[in-house]
Order: sequence, then structure tokens, then C-alpha cells
Amino acid sequence: MRQVFAIFKREFAAYFATPVAYVFIVIFLLAMGAFTFYIGHFYDNGAANLGVFFGYHPWLYLFLVPAVGMRLWAEERRLGTMELLLTLPVPVWASVAGKFLAAWAFTGVALLLTFPIWVTVNYLGNPDNGVILAGYAGSFLMAGAYLAISAAISATTTSQVIAFVVSVVVCFLFTIAGAPLVLDVFQAWAPVVLVNTISGFSFLTHFQAISSGVIDLRDLIYFGSLIVLFLMVNVVVVDLKKSN
Amino acid sequence: MIVIEKLTRNFGPIAAVSGIDLNVAKGEVLGFLGPNGAGKSTTMKMIAGYLTPTSGRVSICGHDVETDTIAAQTALGYLPEGAPAYGDMTPRHFLKFVAEVRGFRGKEAKRRAAEATARTELDPVLDQPIETLSKGFKRRVGLAQAILHDPPVLVMDEPTDGLDPNQKHSVRQLIRQMAPEKAIIVSTHLLEEVDAICTRAVIIDRGRIVADGTPANLLARSRHHNAVTLTLPGRQADTAAAMLRRQPGIAAVDIVSRNDEMATLTAFPKANELIIERVSQVAVFEHWDVRELYAEAGRLDDVFRSITTPDAERLRERAAA
Repeated sequence: MRQVFAIFKREFAAYFATPVAYVFIVIFLLAMGAFTFYIGHFYDNGAANLGVFFGYHPWLYLFLVPAVGMRLWAEERRLGTMELLLTLPVPVWASVAGKFLAAWAFTGVALLLTFPIWVTVNYLGNPDNGVILAGYAGSFLMAGAYLAISAAISATTTSQVIAFVVSVVVCFLFTIAGAPLVLDVFQAWAPVVLVNTISGFSFLTHFQAISSGVIDLRDLIYFGSLIVLFLMVNVVVVDLKKSN
Repeated sequence: MIVIEKLTRNFGPIAAVSGIDLNVAKGEVLGFLGPNGAGKSTTMKMIAGYLTPTSGRVSICGHDVETDTIAAQTALGYLPEGAPAYGDMTPRHFLKFVAEVRGFRGKEAKRRAAEATARTELDPVLDQPIETLSKGFKRRVGLAQAILHDPPVLVMDEPTDGLDPNQKHSVRQLIRQMAPEKAIIVSTHLLEEVDAICTRAVIIDRGRIVADGTPANLLARSRHHNAVTLTLPGRQADTAAAMLRRQPGIAAVDIVSRNDEMATLTAFPKANELIIERVSQVAVFEHWDVRELYAEAGRLDDVFRSITTPDAERLRERAAA
């Protein structure tokens, strides 16, 4: 555990050692604002809730989270520090966990910095703060899922660009798994069970449930197990690279 | 303390390391030599647990690297090729990080980091980002990281690469100081380094050990071992060479260099002959104006060249395979 924390600290500090963190946070906040106010017409809705705001999260994460995750392993591999990390007496899972948690905490910081919008709705009306809290929790969990996918993909390559592009594609498929674009491919031939399973993988469906204030254990388990699954894939990929 | 048995590693069809056996005991400093691509770094990566062997095993202080990785790595200090380190960190933070990951806390972590800093003379750059440091300092950051936990086993891939002569000297001094307490493997291209710090030299070529002995043993295999080199006026060179060739015990005489003024000759002995006395007697008798006359211990690069495969040939074979 101590080792996980040591790696977490190093990784987390690494984001802020370069302008990456600041650039990311500024773009994240600007994009959130732009989507919510200009495209989502937050004011015109006249509703004191953050539904519009949360509605855009999956789509923003789709690009921004892979940008956070792409460097996690690809950079280590390219710079050769991977050799250093893996020859220190640290189990691979501890490195994977430390890195993931650092990146997740970083996206958490970015997410927390959207608090002015929460202040705004509370100033303008009487929103249900429980629902908003659920929205934030769901959003954070979903970011973790995107991140776990990006981290695992980052471990397969030395190129951050490849890691980014592939992560965006994979995350996109997970996001819209419930949409016709994906389902139509299967509907013609696959059994209904399979089609339903695939649509059950949709981030959108699970996130919409949480962000509307319905905290269903199944949605939490869904994101939680997805995170664990991809972290395990990450461990396996790192291990495989040793013998490859 | 380091036991390597039948260690083999293939990359696709290419065997980078094939069947290496090696034991390194406490107090030994083993110099690992070989041409580029001979398998030195691959072997070291397997010792450190970064690469999994295709077959064979490595153990460090009794811990199998593959099955008991963490215990083995705890006993090991490893300087990877090129001394990688996190460029955005300062040496101070980097060493603190390594100390924490290695399980040292608070004061102990600080003390370890400070000691490693002092031994590698890193003080002047402690608070500069590592990526801004010179090659020599970067290398020393890597060294500091490797010795921080005072490990019983040290494996260093080219620890003096890119250092200036002063820095090389201090790194060698450091290795010599630590040597009695540890088992050390050092890879190098610099044959003089083997002479300077190693108690044992192993040459590998195409993934196999082709020579293993003390540096003196290896030198004895050199053509120059006990050869005699003399410098005299250029006009006397030809007669001197002819005269020496006729002496018993002398196998060959080379004129190494000559210009209008001076020439340098090397006389090579037949097996197990000592010829310096005879050469000097002839020189006196013939009244050559000798400026220099000395016996050679042998040249490691001779040995190295005679038993390893040049790059081009190796690549041709690889392409054929």
C-alpha cells in the first residue's frame, strides 16, 4: 500500500510539474462551459438542475480522458524509465494502481473545479443537491472507467499518439454501445441476449441513470467492475511485455 | 550471490542470449565485455527481472528472479542502460521516491538519499530537474538510485559511459570501495576499465561466453603478452627488424610505425618465451640508438578482437538466419 502511495504521489506531482495539468484543466473547464451554456442552452431551459451539464460529460471525457491516460505507460516505455520502475521491488499491480489512482485523482480535481456551475444553479434556483451530488459521483466513476481503458491501451505502445487515438475509438464504442450505430451491426444476426448484453455495456445508459439521481447498485457495479477489469488487463499487458 | 543457469533469451528467431552459466560471489567485480549486440544488456535485464528468460534461471541471494521477483529485486541495485530517470523530477525528489518505493520511511529515507547523494557527489545539482542535467550527472543520479539501499548485489550497465576522465575516476573509486562487501557486475566497452576495477572479466559474443578469467589471464592470451616494443632511429629500423627476426624465441617482428626520424618495432615472442633480455642485449651489442624499450603486459583489445565477431559479420549471419 505504501508503494502504491509513493507511486501515486510521484505520478500526481508529474502532472503538475509540466504545463500539461494546467492546459488540461483550462481546456476542460472551457469546454464544459461552452457545451453547457452555448450548445446546451443552460439558461434557456429555465430548469434549476445540472442535467444539461452532466449530459455532455461522456462526450467530453471521450477526448479529454484518453489525453490524461495516454502518457501513463507509453511515456515510461519510450523514455526507458519503465525498466527502472519494473526493476524496483514493486509488484506490477501496485504500479498499475498507483498510476491509475493518480490520473483519476487528477481528473477528479478538474471535475471539482467545475463547482462554480453548482454555485450558479443554487444561486438562481433551488435544485435538488442530492441529484447533483449523484451526478458528480457518477461522472467521476465514468471518468475512472474511461481512464482505466486508456491506461491499459497506453501500456501496449511507446507512442502516446497511438495510445490516444486507439483509446478514443475504444472509449467511443463503449460510450455508444446502446446506440443503433453499434446495435444494428449485431441485430441482424446475433441472438437477442447478445444484443442486450452489448447494449448493457453502454456508458450512456448507465451514466444517465446515475446522473438523474437514481443511484442503482447495478450502475455502480458496472463502472466499478469495468475499472477493475481494465486494470487487470493493464497488469497482464505490462507482464506480457516483459516476456515479449 | 548471483547464480545464472543456462540463461537463454530469444527475440523471434534471433537468440540474443544462449545458455549462459555464471556465478558471481561476494567480493567479485565482474567486468562484462562484448561487442554491441552481443547480449550484455539483455542478460542484465534478465538478472534485474525486467525481461523474462526464454529458458534458464537467475537467482539473487538465493531468490529466484522469476518466481520470487520482489525479494530478488530488494537485494539488487540496478543501473539500466542509459541510466533512465524521471526527467521532470529533481534528483532530491527522485531519490526520495526511490527510497519510499524501497520501503524506507521518514528520517531513514532521508538518510539513505543523503548518503547516496554524498557518495555520488550529486549535491551541486540536487534541485535541478534531471532532464536539464549533463550526461555525467544523469549517470550519477542513476548510480545513486542503484546504491541507495546498500544492496548486496549490484548490476550496472555501462556505469561510466559518457563521463569525463575525472568522473570516471570517481565512479571507479566508488565501485572499488563497495567491492569487498558486494557482488558486482559491470558491463563496459572500455577495456581499461576492466583492468582498473574488475577482479574477473567475462567476454560474451553472440549470446555465449567466449572467455572468463582474471584480467591477467585474459591479457596472457593477447599476442602482445610479453612482446617487446622498442623505438629507435628510422634508418636503423630495417636492419634491427632483420636482426631480431633471427633471434631464437622471437616469432615475428612488426614495424609498427616509422617516419624519417624514428621507428617503432614490436617483437613477438614464441609461446612462453621471455625475450626482453635478449632484445636488450642485441640492442646494446649492435649499438642501436634505442629511445624506448619495454615489455608489454598484453592488450585486452587484441584478445577482444580475436575472440569476438565484428558487427558486419554478425549482421550478415543474422540476415541469413
